[in-house]
Amino acid sequence: MGTPRVRRTRSHSAIGWAFLLPFGIVFLLFTAVPIVASLATSLTDMRSTDLRTPLGVDFVGLANYLTLLGDDRFVRSVLNTVVFVVVGVPLTMLAGFVLALTLDSGIRRFRTTFRGLFYAPVVTNVVSVALIWQYAFNQNGTVNEVLAGLGFAGPNWLGDEHLAMPVVILLGIWRNFGTAMLLFLAGFQAVPESVIEAAAIDGAGPLRRLWSITIPLLMPTTLLVSVLLSVFFLQVFDEPYLLTGGGPLGSTESIALYTYDQFGFGNFGVSSAASYILLVFVVVFSAVQFRLLRPRS
Amino acid sequence: MRTKIPLLYAGLVVAAGLTVLPFIWVASGSLRGMADFQSDPGAWLPSALTLDNYAKLFRTAGFGGYLTNSLAVAALTVAGNVVGGALAGYALAKLEFRGKRIAFAAVLVALMMPFSATFVPQFMVTVNLGLIDTRLGVALPGLVLPISVFIVRQYAGSIPDELLEAARIDGAGELRIFRSVFLPLAGPALATTTIMSFLASWNSFIWPLIVAQQSATYTLPVGLAATRQAAQNVTDYGLVLAGAVVVMLPVLVVFGFLQRYFVQGIAATGLK
Repeated sequence: MGTPRVRRTRSHSAIGWAFLLPFGIVFLLFTAVPIVASLATSLTDMRSTDLRTPLGVDFVGLANYLTLLGDDRFVRSVLNTVVFVVVGVPLTMLAGFVLALTLDSGIRRFRTTFRGLFYAPVVTNVVSVALIWQYAFNQNGTVNEVLAGLGFAGPNWLGDEHLAMPVVILLGIWRNFGTAMLLFLAGFQAVPESVIEAAAIDGAGPLRRLWSITIPLLMPTTLLVSVLLSVFFLQVFDEPYLLTGGGPLGSTESIALYTYDQFGFGNFGVSSAASYILLVFVVVFSAVQFRLLRPRS
Repeated sequence: MRTKIPLLYAGLVVAAGLTVLPFIWVASGSLRGMADFQSDPGAWLPSALTLDNYAKLFRTAGFGGYLTNSLAVAALTVAGNVVGGALAGYALAKLEFRGKRIAFAAVLVALMMPFSATFVPQFMVTVNLGLIDTRLGVALPGLVLPISVFIVRQYAGSIPDELLEAARIDGAGELRIFRSVFLPLAGPALATTTIMSFLASWNSFIWPLIVAQQSATYTLPVGLAATRQAAQNVTDYGLVLAGAVVVMLPVLVVFGFLQRYFVQGIAATGLK
């Protein structure tokens, strides 16, 4: 008697999984297998010469992780990544917030045009942009040309151990403030106009309204943007890779770039261990992000 | 209230100017000759306009081939994401089956996985599939992006179940319902998926850099990076800047026309 129902459920399951097949294959090959393989590799002495015989390598336990902790270069890359997040995230948010606020202050004409211009850096190819940055911050570049016009002798920005980092972070900000702006603009929709008007009638000035009403009501968006940008800056790779290659003297090398370099040297085990440390950070931040998104979706 | 509006516009114009400055600079630089650069490296405007850099780019620097590769990889990626994303997104929103929660968890895991944590094994998988140095190998990891599944799933949730139920009572099979009832209604989600996956493919840099080992399989960003390195010795800035324009222009044009869908994609998902 119960057979037809069981069969229906089964065929239903088969249909559901059939729909998921294309995604499932790509997921299996390029996400699921790599997550496991990466962890396994991080516990072995695998090198590039073992590519075709990945099972012939030796298990070394946590040796790669210990190597990392003792490697000044890795420790430096962790500290650099912290700087990327701690400096890059707030500045990107500030730029995005100010622009969103300005676009939302009652202007009508060209609003979409401005929004589009501010978002354009997000969709622009990073290799192109990094090139521009490199030429602009060259010793004889445009930035120094402008400084010379003002009577200053400009430094070699990207060749200086202390000045390279700010330039690399600036590129990160330029590429991401558009995303922050869009999310803040969406967040403003959730702040009821009536509350702001009521406060205005009660005599609250614009700054007061911003501080006491808009900003507190915007808290969920602010949290979301901060987590989203943190996930981005934690994984920062393109900017230092293209602008400085991590130099000078390792001053701009991020964890992701360190991982890539170790891969390039053929040290797959060490590279995987470093990437797993990064993975843990990213997953924690991302888990927070999905928690924040849930009530909205 | 009224008096502050001009001030706001002034602020916006300044901010927009700073944002757009790099674009203007690269466009102007790409029209300058080599001699022009050598005499005044940091100049803002060309002393004489020339299209030589663009001609050289396609005649001798191999950009024709890079462009073809980029277009082929983008076409594969968009096709894969529209088909794979629509199928999976629809199933996760509208079909009941065992293991559905696990399948959705897989989408979330794929969404949050940092590239640097997976590229070494991804490279090993691609080597063992024999796809190193092929366009398919370049496209493969992005063929069905989790973001595409996510976008379609979110959108499908807004389509009433009654429509699908009605077709089911009429005896239509699940694939038929997907094709004839869901797909015609899914236009906006598929448009967003198309744009987001095109963008991801066109701008992708590290993976193509790893997989495309010979210039015959380079995509535009990889080709541009290689051209920059080669041009460093001869300081052929104009050539490299023209390359930068070729790489970024298509996306900016698409964005200019379809800004709405980009914005929807971000707002709908809260993700990049």
